[in-house]
Parts: sequence; C-alpha cells; structure tokens
Amino acid sequence: MSTIRCDIVSAEQEIFHGDVSMVIATGEMGELGIAPRHAPLITRLKPGQVRLKLENGDDQFFYVSGGILEVQPSVVTILADTALRAGDLDEAAARKAKEEAERALANRGAAMEIAEAQNQLAQAMAQLQALEHLRRNLKH
Amino acid sequence: MAGGREIKSKIKSVQNTRKVTRALEMVSASKIRKAQDLMKASRPYARLMRRAIGHIAHANSEYQHPFMVAREEIKRVGYVVVSTDRGLCGGLNTNLFRNLLGQIREWQDKGVEVDMVCIGQKATAYFRRLKVNMLGSVTHLGEKPQLDQLIGVIKVMLDAYTDGRIDRLSLVYNDFVNTMTQRATTDQLLPLPPSDELPSTHAWDYLYEPDAATVLDHVLTRYVESLVYQATLENLASEHAARMVAMKSASDNATKAIGNLTLIYNKARQAAITQEISEIVGGAAAV
Repeated sequence: MSTIRCDIVSAEQEIFHGDVSMVIATGEMGELGIAPRHAPLITRLKPGQVRLKLENGDDQFFYVSGGILEVQPSVVTILADTALRAGDLDEAAARKAKEEAERALANRGAAMEIAEAQNQLAQAMAQLQALEHLRRNLKH
Repeated sequence: MAGGREIKSKIKSVQNTRKVTRALEMVSASKIRKAQDLMKASRPYARLMRRAIGHIAHANSEYQHPFMVAREEIKRVGYVVVSTDRGLCGGLNTNLFRNLLGQIREWQDKGVEVDMVCIGQKATAYFRRLKVNMLGSVTHLGEKPQLDQLIGVIKVMLDAYTDGRIDRLSLVYNDFVNTMTQRATTDQLLPLPPSDELPSTHAWDYLYEPDAATVLDHVLTRYVESLVYQATLENLASEHAARMVAMKSASDNATKAIGNLTLIYNKARQAAITQEISEIVGGAAAV
C-alpha cells in the first residue's frame, strides 16, 4: 500500500510526523480525505478532529482548533492553531494592544513608573559613585 | 582603629549584593535551558511554514496577495520591536534599541515616517520617552510566551499594512546565537522577501478552498505570527543568557571588591596594632 508523509505541527510543538496511508480532516468546505498522490491543495481547517490512517491499518486521532492543511504530491502538512481563533477575537486582541500602548503613552501604568524610577535611581547612583571617585582621587 | 567599622560594614553590603547577583545568575542559568527548549519546540512549525510559503511562492497563481508584492514607493515603515520585560541583562536591550534608532534615523533622513509596536516592558518604556508613534504594545509575557498573547500587536501592524498606512514591516529582536553571543537582528516581514530557491520546472497551482484570497490571507497571517513568535522566544533565551553573563561578571566584581576591602581592613587593623605597641613601648621608655 502506498503511503504519504504527514507532518502535524503547532506553533508551540511538533505533534506528529510519519508515513500514513490517508489523512482525514475537516476543511472549511467539508470533510477531506487525502490519499497519496492527491493534487496540490491548500485550505483552512475547521476546529475538529484529524484522523490519520496508519500503514498498519490503525487509526490515530488528533484534535486541532483550526489551522492550515497543505497538500503536496508526496507530503501533507497540517499547521495547527494553538488557540481557538476567530475574526472578532483577533479584533479584540488588536484593540487591547492599542489600548495598552495608549495607556503606556498616557503615562498611567504604575509598573512603567517604577521601571522609569529605577532607571533614574540607577543613573543618580552612578553619578554619585563617579563623584565619590573623583573626590577620592583629588584627595590623593 | 580608624575606619575599621566602616570598612567592615561596606564588606557586608558588598557581600549581600553578591548574594543577590549569584542568585539571579543561578535562576537565569536554569531558565535559559527552558527557554531553549521552547525555542526548539517551535522550530518545526516555522520550518514547515516556510516550506509551505516556498510552495505558494512557486505556485502559478492568478491571484497576487498584497503581502507578497513589493510596493514601489515607501512612505511609512513599521517595526515590531521585541524586548525584555525586566532589566539587569547587560547591554541586551540597549544594543538593540541603538541599532533600531540608527535605522529610524536613516528612514527619517529620507523623509519616511516610522510606526512601531512594542513587545516587552523595556521597549514600551524606552520608545514612549522618545515620542515614537507607537501603535500597540504588549508586556508581561512571562516565562512561557503564548502565541495568542502576540496576536493583538501583530494584527495592528498587518491591518496597517493592508490599509496602506505602512509600506514595509520589519521585525527587530535579539537572535540567540549562544550563551555568550546575542545578535541584534532586523528581519523584513512584509512584503515577503523573495525566496532564493529555484523555480519549479513545471507550472502548477493549488486547489484553493474556498478561494485563493481567503486562504493566502490566512496562511500569510499565520506565517508572520510564527516569525514574531519565534523571535519572541529567541529574545527570551537571549535575555536569560545576557542576564546570566551580566550577573556572573557582577558577582566576580563583587568578589574582587570584597578582596580589596578585606585587604584594606587588615592593613588598617595592623596599623592600629602597630601604633598601639609603639605607644606602649614609647610610654614604657618614658617611665
């Protein structure tokens, strides 16, 4: 029986790699069964199961929360998302990042002030040390 | 005994400092290994993503995604700056920012404006003071950064690129070479730099489901995200490495300072004893 190489990875870890006889996943347009020598295809995956038919006939299941499925004649790549992703969730994240920047710019973050104060303290200490050094050298 | 007590208390305070720096050094030494593991764990994704992008670049698609087309005129550029949250890591951030400031100045000389998003407390604090146009920021990623913490800042920049508010997007971070070396690095994210692989011999194209625009948009967004995520992990490993080295040299300096102070202390003590003896002898001779 012919096989196809299959790689499943997420941004944070490698999930599976090896030869399989079929990959079954839920694409955006519906269920996909990828057998060896499938035509090149690229699609988004819906959150759901990925089923791998192994060479020995066993099935192996993985859950992906979305991602990308890329098919080349000799290799199937699944780039899984690590978290549930949706347009409005991304939008909210972007808004949060903007707010964070605005807050930082408005100089309200307490942690920021501490960091800055520490910076100034370190500078003052360095100046004092330099002065002390100078004074000591003058004495000698 | 002149100044004996002062010297002694100074020795004590340097010893305390050394305790702190030693502890920080040890903490970083253990964290660096975890950071490196994270870095390694995320590499397969980046590698396979690059492979897929390479395939896409060679597919003879009718559709050209804006992320893959270089713009002729550059009016505004964007930067994603990755820094640490905490200090005490030697010149790591300073070198990176100096490098970036040089680039910003070059752009400004050409009349090009700069936008940026900052990852990490240090960059946010630094560039806020410089009054750079900061579009987004994310801080406190912790020891195990997750991709979804970064989505926000990346989306801000990708949207800016899609809307034509910036014409080029770069990523600035510290590349972890080894424990002793971290290199301030700038990578171009958008438009995608052309790949150097040879074009394939025959014309082919993907079946896109549902259509090329949607899929490529999705893939390229994930691609940029994975690059930024990888950079964040590199920077994290760099942070621990730099801190370890900085704290090691601080501990060594403290040891040296303690040695010097002890010498001064012993000399002062000896001088005091000698003086006492000579006073007693002088006193005895007088009687």
